[in-house]
Amino acid sequence: MQGNRFIRTALCAALLAAGAAQAGNLTIESWRTDDKALWEDVLLPAFNKKHPDVKVKFAPTAPTEYDSSLQTRLTGGTAGDLITCRPFDKSLDLFKKGYLENLNGKSGMQNFPESAKVAWETDDGKNAFCMPMGAVMHGFLYNKKIFQELNLQPPKTTAELHKVLEAAKKAGKVPMALGTADQWEANQIVFTSIGAPYWKGEEGRKALIAGKAKFTDPQFVAVWDEMSKWGPYLAKGYSAQTYADTQNLFASGKAAVVPVGSWDISYYNQNAKFEFGAFPPPVPKAGDKCYISDHPDLGMGVNPKSKNKEDAYKFLTWLGSQEFADLYTNKVTGFYSLSNHLISVKDPVAKQMLDWRKSCASTIRLNAQIMNRGEPNMENGLWNVSSQDLNGKMSPKDAAAKIQSDFAKWYKPQQK
Amino acid sequence: MKRAFPWHIAVFLAPAFLIYTAFSALPLLDTLRLGFFTTHDSGQQTFVGLANYIKLLTDPDWSAAFWNAMSNNFKFFLIVMFVQNPIALLLAALLSMHGVRGAKAYQTLIFLPTLLSVVIIGFIWQLILSPLWGVSEKLLGFVGLADYFHPWLGDEATALITLSLISVWQFVGVPMMLLYASLIAIPDEIIDAARIEGASSWHIFWTIRLPLILPTLGLVTILTFVGNFNAFDLVYAVKGAIAGPNYSTDLLGTFFYRTFFGYQSQIGSPTMGAAVATTMFLIILSGVGVYFYFIQRKLQRFSF
Repeated sequence: MQGNRFIRTALCAALLAAGAAQAGNLTIESWRTDDKALWEDVLLPAFNKKHPDVKVKFAPTAPTEYDSSLQTRLTGGTAGDLITCRPFDKSLDLFKKGYLENLNGKSGMQNFPESAKVAWETDDGKNAFCMPMGAVMHGFLYNKKIFQELNLQPPKTTAELHKVLEAAKKAGKVPMALGTADQWEANQIVFTSIGAPYWKGEEGRKALIAGKAKFTDPQFVAVWDEMSKWGPYLAKGYSAQTYADTQNLFASGKAAVVPVGSWDISYYNQNAKFEFGAFPPPVPKAGDKCYISDHPDLGMGVNPKSKNKEDAYKFLTWLGSQEFADLYTNKVTGFYSLSNHLISVKDPVAKQMLDWRKSCASTIRLNAQIMNRGEPNMENGLWNVSSQDLNGKMSPKDAAAKIQSDFAKWYKPQQK
Repeated sequence: MKRAFPWHIAVFLAPAFLIYTAFSALPLLDTLRLGFFTTHDSGQQTFVGLANYIKLLTDPDWSAAFWNAMSNNFKFFLIVMFVQNPIALLLAALLSMHGVRGAKAYQTLIFLPTLLSVVIIGFIWQLILSPLWGVSEKLLGFVGLADYFHPWLGDEATALITLSLISVWQFVGVPMMLLYASLIAIPDEIIDAARIEGASSWHIFWTIRLPLILPTLGLVTILTFVGNFNAFDLVYAVKGAIAGPNYSTDLLGTFFYRTFFGYQSQIGSPTMGAAVATTMFLIILSGVGVYFYFIQRKLQRFSF
C-alpha cells in the first residue's frame, strides 16, 4: 500500500514538473528546413532580447511531408504552439477544422495591409487566422556576363525575349535554364508568372473566379502558346532536368536566362561566380502594362491546443514588428516582409525585384485562391499540363481545355 | 484423462500476437472501416456506405487515375518479374557452380545495392541518367551509341520502364540469394548420379535443379508481387507524388499517397484514401490467394 502511494506521488510530481517545464516554451512548426540556422542564429536571439524568459524552438519538417505530418500532429494534439501557414486553402482548411486560432484584432495584425491578409482569411474576409510573414516574387534572372558579351539588353516584350534567346542559342549558350522533371516550376514560376501580363493580373484572376472568363479564352491560351515555343531554347533533354539541375546549370554560367522565384536569389548569391540581374515577365506588346506574380507565401498561426498561448501571442506581436520585418527581408534574401513598415532591402537583386512593385501591378499565383479547392485539384493539373506543354506533348489548346473542364466540373460559376 | 491447457504456447505466442494485433491487424481493420465514411469540411466523418468505392470506380477522373495506376503497376510488376528473376536465377546458377573464383565477392557486390536507401538509389540514378551531367551519354559514346541517348526519365514512353529497371538493379540480390541458397541445398548425390548416367550440365539444370527449386521460385514470385503492388518509394523519390510526366509513372502507392495525405495544395482525404488502400489490399489479397490456390498447392504436391 505504502509503496503504491509513493509511486502515485512520484508520478504526480513528474507530471507537474512536465507541465511546469512547458510554461515559457514555444515550438514553431514550419516547412522551411532551409531557414533553420537563420531562425536559431538570427531571428530567435533577436526575439529573446525582448523576451528573455520565453524559450522558442524552431522545429521544421521537410516541405513535401509538412502538410501531412502537421495534420497528423494537430489531430493527435502533439503539434507545436506556433504553426507556419501555407497561403489560402491549406490553412483555411485547418482553420475550418478548428486547428488555428482566430487572430482578429490581435496585436501586430494592424501592421499589415488588407491585400497581405487575404491569403489567411475566410472567404468573406471576416476572420483572420494567420499573421502574414513573407511573400515571394517571380521573374527572370539573367547572366550579365553573357548579356554583355553578346551585347544584349534585358527584354521587355515577348518578342524581345525571343530575340535574346535566339542570340544566346547562336552563340552556343544554353538560352534558358528550365526543366520539367519536377513539374512544379512549369506552373509556379512559368505559367502563373509570365501569364500575368496576358490576363492582366488580378483582373483575369478575378474574372475566372467570378465565372466571367474561361481558361479557353485567348488571354490564357496565349500563355501556353508562348511556353510551347520555348522547347528549342532549353537544354538538351530538359524533360529529365530537375529543379536542382536547373539551379546548377544557371549557377555554372552556361545559361543566359532562368525563370525564378525570388527565393532563388540567395542560392545564386552563394553559388554563381558571375554578376546577375533580374527582369520582370515580358509583356505581350511594347507599351503594355506589366504585371508580376507577387505571392504571399508564409504566415504564422497559433495552435488552439497550445498550453502557452499567452507567449505565443507575444511572439506574434513581435512577428508584426518593424524589427522582424527588417531582419526577415534582409536575412532571408528573396522573401519579402508583407508588413506596412518601410524596409530598405540591401541585396541589389532582391531590391531590383521589389522595385517592380512600383511600376508593375501585383497579382498572386493564378490558382492560389478558391480555384485549388476542388476535385480534380487545379494545382496538380496545372503542373501536369504546363510541363507537357513545355515538353511539346500537349497543344496549348488541349492544355486549356483540360484545365477548364476540370475546373467546371466542381466550380458552379464556371458551369454556366 | 484431461490434458492441462498448453499455457506455454499462449505465452510464447503472446508478444508477436499482441504486437501484430496492435500495429497491423487493428489499423488494417480501421482502414477497412474508414473507407465507408466521408470527411466534411468541419473534419467530421459520416457513414456513406460504398459511396467512396463507387466514386473510385465510376467517376471518370478517379477511375481514369485508378486504372492508369493499376496498369502501370502491372507493367512495373511484369518488368521486374521477367527481368529481375531470370537474371537472379542465372546469377544464382552461375555462382553455385563448383570452382567459381570470387563467388563470395560477387554475391556481396550484387547484394550491396539492396542495403542502400531507395532515396539514394533514386538520386544516384537520376544523376547517372541526367542529360546535363550524367555519365550515361558519354559511356554510350565510347561504344558509338551516343545517338541513342535519350532523357529516359523525362519521357512518358520510357520513364516507367527506366524506373522498373532501376528497381531491378537494386533488388536483384534478394531473389539471387534465395535461389542460391536453395540451389546449394540440393544434395550432391543426385547431381553425381545424373552425371554418371551421362547427363550434361545443361540437362541437369533443366531436369533436376530447376524442378527442385520451383518452390523457391514460387516464393520469389509472390514476394515480387506483394513488393511491387506496394511499391511507392522509388517513384516518390525520383518523380514526386504526381508521378510525371503526365502520370506515366503513377503506381497505386503514389495514387494512394496523393489521395490520403494530399500533395501540395491538394488537401488529403483520409476516408477516400482508406478506400484506395482497401482496394490495394484486396488486389494484393486476391493475387496472393490465386497464387496459393493454383500454384503453391501444386508445388507442394510436386516437391513432397
